[in-house]
Amino acid sequence: MSDLLAALTLQAGYNAALVAIGAALLGFAAGAAGTFLFLRKRALVSDAVAHATLPGVGLAFILMVALGGDGRSLLGLLAGSAVTAGVGLLLVEWIARRTRLAEDAAIGAVLSVFFGIGVVLLTVIQTMSSGRQAGLESFLLGSTAGMLYLDAVVIAVGGALSVLAVWVLRRPMTLVSFDPDYAAACGYDVRRIDLAMMALVMAVTVIGLKIVGLILIVAMLIVPPVTARFWTERAGRVIWIAAGLGAVSGYVGAAVSASAPALPTGPIIVLTATALFLLSLLFAPARGVLAAVLRHRRFQRRVHRRQGLLALARGELIHDPLTLSVLRRAGLIRADGVATEAGRAQAAKAARDEHRWEIARLVNQDTALTGRYDGLTPIERVFTADQIAEFDRHLGPPRPVAGDAAGA
Amino acid sequence: MHAEFVQLSLTPILIGIFASVACALPGNFLILRRQALIGDAISHVVLPGIVVAFLLTGGVASMAMMLGAAGAAVLAVLLIEAVKRLGRIEPGAAMGVVFTSMFAGGVLLLEQSDTSSVHLDVQHALMGNLESLIWFKAKGWHSLADPAALAALPDELPRMALVCLVVVALTVIFWRPLKISTFDEGFARAIGLPVAAIGFGLVVTAAVAAVAAFDAVGSIIVIAMFICPPAAARLMTNRLEAQVLWSVGFAVLAAVLGYVFAGYGPLWFGGAEAVSAAGMIAAVSGLILGLACLFGPCRARVGQGRDPAEA
Repeated sequence: MSDLLAALTLQAGYNAALVAIGAALLGFAAGAAGTFLFLRKRALVSDAVAHATLPGVGLAFILMVALGGDGRSLLGLLAGSAVTAGVGLLLVEWIARRTRLAEDAAIGAVLSVFFGIGVVLLTVIQTMSSGRQAGLESFLLGSTAGMLYLDAVVIAVGGALSVLAVWVLRRPMTLVSFDPDYAAACGYDVRRIDLAMMALVMAVTVIGLKIVGLILIVAMLIVPPVTARFWTERAGRVIWIAAGLGAVSGYVGAAVSASAPALPTGPIIVLTATALFLLSLLFAPARGVLAAVLRHRRFQRRVHRRQGLLALARGELIHDPLTLSVLRRAGLIRADGVATEAGRAQAAKAARDEHRWEIARLVNQDTALTGRYDGLTPIERVFTADQIAEFDRHLGPPRPVAGDAAGA
Repeated sequence: MHAEFVQLSLTPILIGIFASVACALPGNFLILRRQALIGDAISHVVLPGIVVAFLLTGGVASMAMMLGAAGAAVLAVLLIEAVKRLGRIEPGAAMGVVFTSMFAGGVLLLEQSDTSSVHLDVQHALMGNLESLIWFKAKGWHSLADPAALAALPDELPRMALVCLVVVALTVIFWRPLKISTFDEGFARAIGLPVAAIGFGLVVTAAVAAVAAFDAVGSIIVIAMFICPPAAARLMTNRLEAQVLWSVGFAVLAAVLGYVFAGYGPLWFGGAEAVSAAGMIAAVSGLILGLACLFGPCRARVGQGRDPAEA
């Protein structure tokens, strides 16, 4: 536990602190960039982009070795991965636009083929004399164990630049995410903004290769925006909530991973993000599962209360156990099912309101108003006091409710 | 040369062909239903499935692994549906959340447990090891008639052949309901077909094919074969029957050419060692799809002729 605390407060050593800060910046940028992708309903394009980085890593390594370097410069490898990721992205666009294939098929095709080519290149590199210790496999799942200061700086600067790009482009990208046709009519070049969005996603992917790895980096782009969506209905806030959630996942994940052996950084970051997602799915105030269940129960109780009151007014027996318990708890009937004073009063009111609605439908031809009858909305909320008085003239004086509910 | 071919290359090629065909067949319907990425999701969640199976049984018995993987695939499909409905999230994002989380869980479990004694690691899961499935006892073509030699065939071959056969049989038996519910769900429902069950059955079949193929050849081939051959076939014809046949043809072609290029290609270029066959098969299937995108007779959308200004 103290190890974890030390890691969380950046006391677990120089390397761990670097990784935690880098992961937090990366998470921030990924959450923000992923939001646009999510709102545009193209979340899985990032999966194609991520897998398409692998051949670039291999090619860059081969090229750097051929030019006489040792091939392990992170900047060079990332540059190579960005090139093939870009090619993969353009191919997805091209296939989806130029052929009858849908975008999901294009994504799957590019993803698997580029990854296959990447694997072929990795086996080629393994046969090269300088390739045996290249450790390029670490890009599959990320590895932070031997991260150098320079690598951390590259990641931090890249993350900061991505955040800046999100800030600059947030308005046009939000507009395009919601209504591309309207954006086009406003004079925005939708295609170019889409490409900018994708370039941003690509940048985040490439920066994340070292920490999270190319298979799981999509999670950093998808999970935080989906999580953030539970907490707000406003696009401007989704972006920054997603960014914050991404940063927290990155930071906590990197710290937890540094606190004990055999806790790989990438998966731990992703699982932290998943935990936040699950919490939000269950407990978010408006869109969460718990809130929906509570809302449903409240509605159910209102319906049962209303139906119970009407049954009391008509002197009918109530058999439904839920109705009985709702009425009993509200003090409207006694334990033996006989209506209390308050119950008789409310039953009379409910029955009278039903009759008022009947009159309202006869007198008032405005279906926009009478159509709001759903058995639950109080009539006072639909009609004015004068109108209700008018209905009451047709009805005559209120009638009291006598009966007992459960027989007796 | 012949003896060497039978010993080293025959079984991997056959396994590659069976795996490719078993994945390509359900892939046709997945693509038409815009569910192409289910294959991607399934092939990711197979990893946690086999890790859990390993932890529960303590061994690498292939039956337990298959069951674990199939269980994980079904669980993933149910979870995706649950996230989609409970959270009102679009399908792509729901899929992304579920499969990355499960994959991350699988990697973590793998790192936490002691699997150093057995052949179980992420790289193997991704890339497979087609080249290692050789037939030690084979002396030449005549070994095909020798019961002792046949008994020593790698387990993967009969298993993959069986799964391939089952997938073919299912496709033939359920051809009409599959076809109708894929093209016109409303009509299928109106004539009383259990549309939801057909959809789920298709995904489960795909999962079984993916799991069996994954065991033998790794998950790259699985994703590539779910999508590339059917997608290329889709650009060749407007008829489903023809499309399925094209896709099987493309799958076989990719498997054979991919294996040959991987095994012998480097030798032609003066290299000494073979490259990954699984990766090469995926690359060849991509090449086929690329050619189909450029030259396929039915590549344009219906009603959208080629624009002379753009051509």
